[in-house]
Amino acid sequence: MNLTPEDITAIWLSLQVALTATVISLPLGFATAWLLVFKTLKGKVILEVLVNLPLTLPPVVIGYFLLLLLGKNGWLGKVLDEAGIQLIFTWKAAVIASAVVGFPLLVRSIRLGMESIERQLLDASRSLGASWYDSLLTIILPLSLRGIFSGSSLMFARSLGEFGATIIVAGNMPGKTQTIPLAIYDYTSSPSSTAMALSLCFVSVVISVAVLLLHEMLDKQLDRSTAS
Amino acid sequence: MRIRIKAKKKMGTFSMALNADISGDRIGIFGDSGSGKSTIVNLVSGLLQPDNGEIFLDEKCLFSSQQGINLSPEQRRIAIVFQQAMLFPHLSVKSNLLYGYKRCRAEHRHIKPDALIDLLQLMPLLERGVNRLSGGEKQRVALGRAVLANPRLLLMDEPLSALDDTLRFQIIPYLRSVSEEFNIPYLFISHSITEMQLMTDQILVMNNGEVLEETTPEQLARNRMAHSQNGYLNFLRLADPVDQNGLFSYRWGKNHLLLSTGNISGESLFELSSREIILFKKHPEAISARNLLECTVAELFSSDGRVGVVLSAQGKKMVAEIVRAAADELTITTGSTLFAAIKASSFRRLN
Repeated sequence: MNLTPEDITAIWLSLQVALTATVISLPLGFATAWLLVFKTLKGKVILEVLVNLPLTLPPVVIGYFLLLLLGKNGWLGKVLDEAGIQLIFTWKAAVIASAVVGFPLLVRSIRLGMESIERQLLDASRSLGASWYDSLLTIILPLSLRGIFSGSSLMFARSLGEFGATIIVAGNMPGKTQTIPLAIYDYTSSPSSTAMALSLCFVSVVISVAVLLLHEMLDKQLDRSTAS
Repeated sequence: MRIRIKAKKKMGTFSMALNADISGDRIGIFGDSGSGKSTIVNLVSGLLQPDNGEIFLDEKCLFSSQQGINLSPEQRRIAIVFQQAMLFPHLSVKSNLLYGYKRCRAEHRHIKPDALIDLLQLMPLLERGVNRLSGGEKQRVALGRAVLANPRLLLMDEPLSALDDTLRFQIIPYLRSVSEEFNIPYLFISHSITEMQLMTDQILVMNNGEVLEETTPEQLARNRMAHSQNGYLNFLRLADPVDQNGLFSYRWGKNHLLLSTGNISGESLFELSSREIILFKKHPEAISARNLLECTVAELFSSDGRVGVVLSAQGKKMVAEIVRAAADELTITTGSTLFAAIKASSFRRLN
C-alpha cells in the first residue's frame, strides 16, 4: 500500500469530519424523529419534506445552497463573519455539508426505532409518575438505541463518502480540507496515480467494513441485553 | 373512594358523554368492545383530555375545563395495569417493579417493595429480563409495578383478557389480595361477567360511550343470565375434601358435595353453571347425579324468558336456571321446597 503524508491527513480528516458530523447531528436527529413520531404537529408534512429533501437533491445543489447561506455575503455568513467565524473552505464546512447530506438517513433510522415502541409503554411510564422528559430519557431513548446505532453508522458511512457538497463549500485543499473522496478524485485525473487511488479505495473499504462490523456487534449486544 | 365524572370527548366518529358519580373501593366498568371502557381509563388517568367537563377523585379535582385545571398523569398518582402487561423490555423485573416507586415522593411510600414482592411471590424472578417471563408472571410483575408506585387509585384495564382461563384464575387472588392488603381502591375494566363477579362490588355498565346503568355484580349476572354462554355462574370456595370412592367430598356449609375434580390440600374456587342444576318437586327415586340437595326457594327472578331460582340449602345459596314453562309446571314459589340434582362433573375447578 502506498500512502503519502497528504493521504494520511486526508484519512484522518475524513474520520474527523464524519465523526463530528455524526455526533453533532445526533441530538437534532433524535429530537426531529421524536417530533415526527410522537407529536401531533400542524405542518408535519412540511417538516417531513424538509428533513428528507437532502436525500433527493443532488449533493452539488445542497453544496451550492450552503455556499449561498454561509458564504461571506450569505444570510448566515454575514452574521458569522461579524462574529469572526469563518466556515467556508475550512474542515468545519465539510462537517456541515456531511451533516446536511446524512441527516435524513439518521432521522429515518431513529424514527424506525421509535415507531416500534408501543405507545402504551409511554402511558405506563407516565402513569407510574414519570414526566414526559423522564419518559423520553428512560423509555424512548433506550428503546431507540438500535435505530440510533444504525442511523449513526449509516450517517458516518455516508459522511465518509461525501463529495459533491463538500467540494463546493470546503474546497479541495490537500492537508486542509481534502478528504478521502476528494483525494481519490485528484488521483483519478492523473493516469500515473492509479496505485495511489487504489490504496485510498482500500482504506475506504476497510473503514466501511469496520463501521458495519461495529454496528453488527452493537446490535447483537443489544439483543443479548434484552433477552437476559 | 368516590369518582365523579361529567365529561365529553369526541374522537373521530366516536363521541363520549359521561355522567357518573360512584363510590366504593372495588368498582367495575363493564361493557362490550367499543363501548368506551378504555377511554374512561385514559380520561381518569390523564392520558386523554376531555373536550370539556370535570373529573374528581374524592375531593381532588383532576380536570375541570371551567377552572382550567388539568393535572398531568404523573401528578394524579393513578397507576394502570394494562391488558398486555406493558413491562419495559429493556429493564429487569426488579427495575420494572421499582420504576414507579423511585418516582414516588417519600411521604407517599407506604407500600414497601419487600412486602409486595413476598405477597406476589416475585423473589425468584427479580433479576430476570421481562422477555423470559410467562404471561401470568408478566401480569404479576405489572401489578406489582403499579402498586409500588403507591397510587391513590389503581386502574385495571382488562388485565386478565390476554390470559387463558388457568392463568386468569391464578391471577385473580393476587389482584384481590394486593388491593385488600394494601388498601388500594381500584377501577376494574372488563367485558367478562365472571371477572365482575369475582373482582367488584359496584359496576358502571357502559354502552356506546355512555353510562347505561349503575348496578351490582349480582344484578348484572342475573340480568344477563339468559344471554350468557353458561348462564348464571355460581362460585363456590371449597376446602379440604376427603376421598369418597374416587370423588372429592367437600363440605359446603352443612351440606356435602361430591365433585369429580378437586385439590386435596388447601382451598379451591369452583364454578357451577345455573344450567347444570336440575330441579325436582319431589325426592327422585334413583338418579345418577351424585349430589341431591333439599332446598327452599329463597327468591325468583326472570331474565328474558328464563327463570332464575335462588335456592337456599342449609344457609348456602345457589342459582338454578329453568325455562318459564318448567317454572309454571312445577308451581315454584318463594318458600317452596325443591330437590336440586347436580352431577359431580358439573363443577369446574378454577384454581
